[in-house]
Parts: sequence; structure tokens; C-alpha cells
Amino acid sequence: MARAKTDKGPAERRRAPRRKSSRRQSDAAAAKGAVVITGICGRLGRRLARELHRERPVIGLDRRDFDDRPKDIEHHQIDIRRKKARELFRRGDIEAIVHLGVMHDPRGDSQMHHAWNVVAFQKLLDWVQIYDIPKLVLLSSANVYGPRPDNPQFLSEEAPLLGADRFSDMRDLVELDMLAQSFFWKRPETETVILRPTNILGTVKNAASNYLRLSKVPTLMGFDPMVQVVHQQDVVTALQLALRPGVRGIFNVAGPPPVALSKALRVLSRPTFSVPHQLARFGVERLWRLRMTSFPAPELDFIRYVCMVDDRRAREVLGYTPSFDLNQTLHAVDEERWL
Amino acid sequence: MPGPRTSLSRVEDPSASAGWSAPGRLWSRARRSLQGVAQRALGDDFDARTRTLSEQLAASDGDPFGMDLETAKNAVMVCAFFHRLYFRTEVHDVENVPPGRVLLVANHSGQVPIDGAIIGSALFLDAERPRLVRAMVEKWSQTLPFVATFFQRVGQVVGVPENAKRLLEMGEPLLVFPEGTRGISKPFSRRYQLQGFGNGFMRLAMETDTPIVPVAVIGAEEQYVNLGNLDVLAKALNMPVFPVIPQMFVPGGLLPLPTKYRLYFGEPMRFEGDHDDDDAVVEEKVWLVRQTIQSMINRGLQQRRNLFF
Repeated sequence: MARAKTDKGPAERRRAPRRKSSRRQSDAAAAKGAVVITGICGRLGRRLARELHRERPVIGLDRRDFDDRPKDIEHHQIDIRRKKARELFRRGDIEAIVHLGVMHDPRGDSQMHHAWNVVAFQKLLDWVQIYDIPKLVLLSSANVYGPRPDNPQFLSEEAPLLGADRFSDMRDLVELDMLAQSFFWKRPETETVILRPTNILGTVKNAASNYLRLSKVPTLMGFDPMVQVVHQQDVVTALQLALRPGVRGIFNVAGPPPVALSKALRVLSRPTFSVPHQLARFGVERLWRLRMTSFPAPELDFIRYVCMVDDRRAREVLGYTPSFDLNQTLHAVDEERWL
Repeated sequence: MPGPRTSLSRVEDPSASAGWSAPGRLWSRARRSLQGVAQRALGDDFDARTRTLSEQLAASDGDPFGMDLETAKNAVMVCAFFHRLYFRTEVHDVENVPPGRVLLVANHSGQVPIDGAIIGSALFLDAERPRLVRAMVEKWSQTLPFVATFFQRVGQVVGVPENAKRLLEMGEPLLVFPEGTRGISKPFSRRYQLQGFGNGFMRLAMETDTPIVPVAVIGAEEQYVNLGNLDVLAKALNMPVFPVIPQMFVPGGLLPLPTKYRLYFGEPMRFEGDHDDDDAVVEEKVWLVRQTIQSMINRGLQQRRNLFF
């Protein structure tokens, strides 16, 4: 359920509303080195670039074209796995890498997926080590914990990553997180930060936002799990906070207090219909095979079981507080819908 | 008492307005008597009690476990019938339950966990300040449609230590049965004999510095007469236990026997020490709680003159 790689378009042409934060500005003065953002052309990447490029040099690294890019952002349209990408790090002025270039397209070929996500990230880790880059931020996801009937209501950062247990397409996302974790221990010189945000809502094209954008939202009969959501802009804020020098570790990122799924759908005033879970699974499997839905059947567990995180560490250590309330966060999926 | 009355009439109005006068009159009479029953079961201050709770809930930004007061209220209304009219529970020393976080430790019995519901009703309906008791449910129940949602809405949470800790940190009253299934499905011949206690609750109490209130439940142990458990059959059917309960075969025997429930709340006990200590050290403290409950049970049984009155 991470960011899909395929979205582009005029949607980002409008500037994201900037909220001033004095803390952020003073921190920016402390760290002035260049920051590399992989996957900068995704919706989250663009937002982060817009927030950062006035404070420090921003270098984009993405296979896609960065249309209407601000003039002071340097963009390299190359694959991370290529040698040319290495040249970029050799320059020596890079102080941080924010890795957003994670692909999660359930329709994609799993081998290609693995090559893109895991192999590219391993390359990136090599370069961090060779060129001694002091900061690495990975945007993972709370979905690596996986929705399970025996989950505690709030998962801490130490909880096992069982997301791929029932949903094998998730396994390279889990592997990515684990790679970053072992890198954290292996190389204490680099401040490695892993962010695990819950369902990011907004103009992003992930499963959670897509689900809430459906014109008639299916739910599972007799199941109404508590869900957490977080506004895309709050995730950008968390990424900025993670870039501060001295911050390291794993942080769950959550937004406003959790709500029952049914309440979230009521807030959005979506028409819903409920389906018995066995039937839903059967139906979604069939529709998936016929290419009539973009939701793989194992994702139904996300609207059946609880998968929520405890974000106390992010609040205390990272100094993160979500600034969008439940209403704003949920309604963010409808922004720019007319496009 | 406008609350229950309106909610009852809301349920029954459509059929009452069907237009047939004789059944309609019968129905309205039935409704009136139903309301009388509801009044007797819920008491006069039921609305004030739910209001207190909803104010508390509104102040705390909603319940992170998904408890829904409207559903919980309806559940209490059903439990109140059993509590006040069916089992006619006698509640002793409920004022021993301190405000704030507390661990209620009770004996578990009766084949079906009605004892939990009755303790919950007592704290909701009979305590000076109403409280909604939280208990832990089996993980497996989360995979069942409707059951999972129901438990969530009435404030019951999945039985993992993290959840228990969180509830206590939130200042909620948490009900635990350290005997577990050993207690609830023991045969009739072993009634009022406490089974082995787990240590988890004691470690939890020490870690979170929570007072333990021992609770003795009398009357639940005779509600179903269990002649014995068939272990072989249970294993074959993949069930936790297979009790032999002859009364189930009598028409209407699905309902428990209307024994009189007596609840005794003991004085809060506080324990200090390292929650990560050896089992042997923790077991001593657990033994203390267990003995307290056993002696409360024994005293209660001595005072009891009749099983049903």
C-alpha cells in the first residue's frame, strides 16, 4: 500500500498549502547539505521537495520526468541501479537521502518488483556506506506489521513484521524495512531513520486512498475495525523532522485518534454496502483475475482486522504532532478529484 | 425515566401501528408491562449513569479500542434484566473499588461467562460512580463476523498483554479471571474450589502499579450442572472443552438455573516489587490473592441460606 509509481499529471501544479513552523526553519539553518530524494516525482516526493527546496539544495532521483519542477531543484532522470546514479553520490556534497522510491503495484511482476525495490535499495545502502552519507530516511509503512486478529490495538515499533504472512506481495516491502533495520545496526555512523506511517490519505494513489475514493464503498459484513489515517502533509512534516541531525531509529507515524471504519465512511458520507467476508474474498479474487479491480483479495484483511500503531515515540523523540484533524484528513482524498 | 422508554417504543412502534386493533391493544399492554420490567431492571438513575459515562468519554477524545457507548448501553440493558430480575444479584462492598485504574480479579465459573457480565452490570448500575468494566476476549473471536464488532463496541478487547497495559494506563477498570478455562468449565463436583491461577495479572499489576480488588462470585457455579468434561470428544471436535450438562436437554434448559448471585468485593490489595521477577517470587503474591478470594468465597457460602433465595 505504499506509493504507486505510475501517477503523474497536472494535479501537483497547484502549490501545497504551506504551514509555517518556526521550529522547522531553525532546524533548516543547522543542516544545509544537499538532500537526495528518490522517487521525487511521486505525489509525496513533490510535496516534500516543495517544502525543502527553499531551505537546502534538493536533488531528485527518479526514472520519471519531473514536470514543472522548481528551478532550483536538480533532477536526474535515471534508474538508481545505474552507474550514472553513483556519480551523483561521488560528488560529496550530499548529506541526506530520503528514499521514497518504493514501488507497490500489486499488478506488477513480482520479479521486477523485487529487483526495483530490494536491489535498488541495496545499491543505495552501498553508496551510503562508501561515500559516508550521514543521514538515510526510509519511508516504510505500518502495513508491514500486517492486519491480524491477534494484533494488539496499538503496535509498537518492536512488533514483528508479519505483513507478508498472509499477503505475499508485501514481502519486498517487509524486506526493505528489514534491510534498513540491519543497516541501522551495521553502520552507526549513518543516522538511519525508518518511518512507518499508517494509511496515508490525500491525493496520493495508495490502496487506502483509492478505497475511500470508490463511489460505492464495500465493507465486510459484521466487521468494523478501528482504523488510523494520516494526512499526506503530516507525513511530509514527519519526513522533515526525520531529517534533523541527531534523529535516528524507527518511528511509527499516525494521524488523528483512531476511528471505526464505519465512522470514517460516515464522515465522508459515502454510500456503502456490506458483503459477507467469504463472498467478498471469492468475488475480489474473481474480479482481480478479470482485471476489474485494483485491490488484491488479501488486502481485504485491512478492512477486517486491526492494524494500528502506537506513535508515542514519534511524538516524544521526533517531536511530531499531526496538524490535520480527522475531518480534514479524510476529506483530503477528495481533493483534486475533478481532475 | 424517558431514556429506555423512548428506545423501547422506537423498536416496537412499526408493528404497533399495523392497524389491527385487538392485537394492537394487546401489544400496547405488553409494551407497558415491558417498560415496567425495564424500569425495575435498570433502576431510576440509569440515564444519569449513562450520561456520566458519555461525558467522561467525550472528554477523552473517544475510545481508542472502539467502545461505543450506545451499544454498550443496550448491552447493559440486557444484562440488567439478568442482574436484577433473573439472578437478583446481591452486591456487597462495591465501594471497595477505587477510582482510576484497577484490576478486578474474580473466580471464574458457570460454563458460560455470565459472571463477567454480572460484575460489569454491578459496576455500571450499583457503584456510586458508574464504570464500564473492560475485559479481555479470546483472539479467535476477532475472526468471527458480528461477534468481533460486538465485543469491540461494548469495550471488550483482544487478550494480549499490550492491550491490558494500555487500558490500565488509560485508568480503566479491568476484569481478569486468572483461572481461565480451567475455572469456567470445571465440573459441578469441584464447585467453589479455585483452580490454578496464572501469573500474568500479578506481573501486570506490579508493572503498572495497579491495585487489585479481589472479587468473589457466588451463585454462578451452580447455574449449569456440569457432570464432567469429555476430553476425547473435545479433542475430536477441536473444542476447548466438551462439558456434559444434562439440563441442556430439558426444554428451556439452555437458560441457566435462576440461582441467586452474590458478589463480594474485597479491599484493594497493592503489590510492590519487580514485575520481571522469578516465577517463584511472583507466585507467592498470586497465592495471596488466590487465598483472599477463596476465603471470601468460603465466608459467602457460610452466610448463604438458600441456593435460590
